[in-house]
Amino acid sequence: METVVTLTLNGEMVSARADQTLLDVIREQKIDLPTLCHMQGLSERGGCRLCVVEVQGAPRPMAACVTPVTEGMVVRTHTPELEHQRRLVVELLLAERNHVCAVCVVNGHCDLQWAAAKLGVASVRYEYLHPDLTMDASHARFVLDHNRCILCTRCVRVCDEVEGAHTWDIAGRGIKTRVITDLSRPWGDSPSCTSCGKCVQVCPTGALFEKGATVAEMTKERDFVGWIIRGRTKREWTW
Amino acid sequence: MTSSNGKIRLATVWLGGCSGCHMSFLDLNEKLIDLAGRAELVYSPIADAKVFPEGVDVTLVEGAVANDDHVELAHQLRARSRIVVSFGDCAVTGNVTALRNRLGLDDVLTAVYHEGPGQAPRGDDEHVMPTLLPKVLPLHQVVPVDAYIPGCPPEPERIWAAVAALLDGKPVELPVAMRTFGA
Amino acid sequence: MNRIELQAIADKEIERQQELKCRVLCCASTACLSSGGQEVRKALQDELKAAGLTKDVQVVATGCKGLCSRGPVVEVTGPAQERVLYANVTAEAAQQIVRQHLVGGQPVNDYRLDADSPFFTKQVRVVLSNSGIVDPERIEDYIARQGYAALGHALREMTPEEVCLAIRRSGLRGRGGAGYATGLKWDLVRKADGRDKYVIANGDEGDPGAYMDRTLMESDPHRVLEGMALAGYAVGAEQGFLYVRGEYPLAVKRLERAIKAAERQGVLGSRIFDSNFNFRVDIRIGAGAFVCGEETALMSSIMGRRGEPRPRPPYPAQSGLWNSPTLINNVETFGNIAPIILNGPEWYAAMGTEKSKGTKIFALTGNVNNTGLIEVPMGITLREIVFEIGGGIPDGRTFKAAQTGGPSGGCIPAEYLDTPVDYESLTALGSMMGSGGLIVMDDQTSMVDVAKFYMEFCMDESCGKCVPCRVGTAQMHRLLSRLIAGEASAADLATLEELCRMVKALSLCGLGQSAPNPILSTLKYFRAEYEARLKSGAAHGAPSQEAA
Repeated sequence: METVVTLTLNGEMVSARADQTLLDVIREQKIDLPTLCHMQGLSERGGCRLCVVEVQGAPRPMAACVTPVTEGMVVRTHTPELEHQRRLVVELLLAERNHVCAVCVVNGHCDLQWAAAKLGVASVRYEYLHPDLTMDASHARFVLDHNRCILCTRCVRVCDEVEGAHTWDIAGRGIKTRVITDLSRPWGDSPSCTSCGKCVQVCPTGALFEKGATVAEMTKERDFVGWIIRGRTKREWTW
Repeated sequence: MTSSNGKIRLATVWLGGCSGCHMSFLDLNEKLIDLAGRAELVYSPIADAKVFPEGVDVTLVEGAVANDDHVELAHQLRARSRIVVSFGDCAVTGNVTALRNRLGLDDVLTAVYHEGPGQAPRGDDEHVMPTLLPKVLPLHQVVPVDAYIPGCPPEPERIWAAVAALLDGKPVELPVAMRTFGA
Repeated sequence: MNRIELQAIADKEIERQQELKCRVLCCASTACLSSGGQEVRKALQDELKAAGLTKDVQVVATGCKGLCSRGPVVEVTGPAQERVLYANVTAEAAQQIVRQHLVGGQPVNDYRLDADSPFFTKQVRVVLSNSGIVDPERIEDYIARQGYAALGHALREMTPEEVCLAIRRSGLRGRGGAGYATGLKWDLVRKADGRDKYVIANGDEGDPGAYMDRTLMESDPHRVLEGMALAGYAVGAEQGFLYVRGEYPLAVKRLERAIKAAERQGVLGSRIFDSNFNFRVDIRIGAGAFVCGEETALMSSIMGRRGEPRPRPPYPAQSGLWNSPTLINNVETFGNIAPIILNGPEWYAAMGTEKSKGTKIFALTGNVNNTGLIEVPMGITLREIVFEIGGGIPDGRTFKAAQTGGPSGGCIPAEYLDTPVDYESLTALGSMMGSGGLIVMDDQTSMVDVAKFYMEFCMDESCGKCVPCRVGTAQMHRLLSRLIAGEASAADLATLEELCRMVKALSLCGLGQSAPNPILSTLKYFRAEYEARLKSGAAHGAPSQEAA
């Protein structure tokens, strides 16, 4: 039998299964909480920190995606302080690399762009770092543009956990961290890549895109990971 | 601080940008007639004033700050305007104008003026051209900015939503769909 | 091996040492080796050979004696000998010591160090009680000083529960920095369900200026191993990992030898002390990432994965290495275990303050006369450490601040010199105990520069997993650089403070959460230094126009 717990979410009593994360419950309640590294069907990373919520008794905000629900938890999701801190996180991301939305293939379909708009980021208070980053267009069908990568590692996880190829990984650390294919060889030379394109579809920004798409032309099919997982576990193969 | 005729004193400025924001402004079409009834355009690339005037109510600034002339004008317009608005992505984020920032300034100048077509002089040699800043900056990193209209260019609807609020003396609060950079 | 055989080894070794006329203890830790300790030892041996004294006098390569700034340090000791300490010994001085002192019986006063100076007398050596005395490469030397007696005792006379209780009653808290009650942690792992459990010693010491763990591992490796074995018995683990940073090759070498010797003697490995308890220790060498000192990142590294922290819970005690309950303690924490078991928890709890028991090792460095490694009782004041043990500030300068806790800690200004050094007091001052780095700064130090130094460190060492730490540290560093260049406005300073608060609140792991501390604590006590660097008359600042 499943254990049920009760928690207080923004003042409302809510029931949840004990194996759910706080983010699952918050989304079930149709509360709009921004996320960038989370992706339904993939393991959680807890890296973007946008889904932080206030949990009574906790010394600091907790990332909802990696926090299990517990009985009697008292949670607030949209305090002015949390909203402010989320804005700062998004501003840090916008200043980190060269996110020039105007010339991006996913302009209008980008999770980072919308997160900024929803959070009310009108301008970035930090100095733009403008790193000198490259692109890898060696793959026949796809392109990697480091300028737009936010290191959410959705590509790394979907490749490892769903496709089973583990072509993607991370190299370097801190501000010099980069996603890499195989042992940092060009994507087009990767013997492990199956060219399935899952990484491209889950990428929240224009860091991974299909060749041939021009500005604002590319949309991404995000639901398919959940679809594959449902099919594999429950044998339900319908969209 | 309005004109003697009761109209808002409006200025628009063109710094380091492509003038697309001004084009989009002109796409306000019939709204321009409403605007003309309520505002007097005292300085603009599409008006015939040489010096940025004193006592401006609202200044829309297109483009990023890319050279020393821009810095000078930015400080001047800030001092002479009540409300300064970053108008379009180049002013708000640096955008396309700032694409050169990941390259060294010398490399950019060499590529454009020495290896490219023509032999234009370098600004700092003969004071013919303004000196380029090492890094292109968004306007708010040079002078304080009061409101932002994102977009490349901002659609006329966005511009009108912001300008209408400013004409009514209200803060610029754009709906989510009008807040995205780029689009 | 049983306890009688252990005693026999001890007796034989003591007898051997008593038969010598005297022993010359030469520090062979990294600090003294780097100032010529190897040459000194060779000179001593050559000269003794020439004097025909090799049978009567033994030259011993020991661990650290603490006074690293005066190295190489040499001690002459013997059954019928006054204990004499020499400092700054050169090869020539070594020859003189042999001729004049060992042959002639007259100590060489030019190099003599006052063993009754406060540097030595104010210290209480518990963890370092063997350091500088035993040969870290000879297990017999350790056994002669009651080594492995605690393990033998616990395996025979105590249940695992009783071992945990003893540690709890001792009041020992984690020496890695956070200060969690060690006994409670052991009990959690002991009670956790799991077929396999693990014990990890965290020797990935990485704070700038800190070398407590390195010294302990180099000077008394068996002490660490015995503590780990006791922990393994207490929590029900049969496998231990010693995670040592790659920059410590000497520590690794000595630990490897110690593990082999201990296994040969039957005090590690299978059926320890003829009991049913098995405990293996394997060394894992870090690859130079500071973040691997964070426990979840360290475990990730041991498992062969990228050294990145993961959110807690689950805590390692519930789910650590390969999802098994895992006990992870700092190397120095393990150094405390054997003495507690041997002398009893009450003996240990009698040292220190109400909430911080026992002693703490500090690496005392910076603008202070005696730099080196010290072990002091908890509750000693900063003033005693700096002015008595440390011998004050050199060149007639005055004390400005002490930095504790490394990049996670903060600066303590002169007005708090009389604060007792314990976990709570340092935290209340906006710093922390940390692992034991203690950097003294004089009145010429710019606190903004200090903050920038630490921020550069945190920026370089951020793993890059979470946004606040990865990008936040880079932006804090930029803001500090601009401030130092005189290009920052009051608004920039406000942006910096706001960013510090966010990074502290939102970062994933302890490294990020504490990265703003050096800025916040220097702002708290030295705000005027920040304000003095602001661009004059500027209400609003532009980013640096210097070539990036």
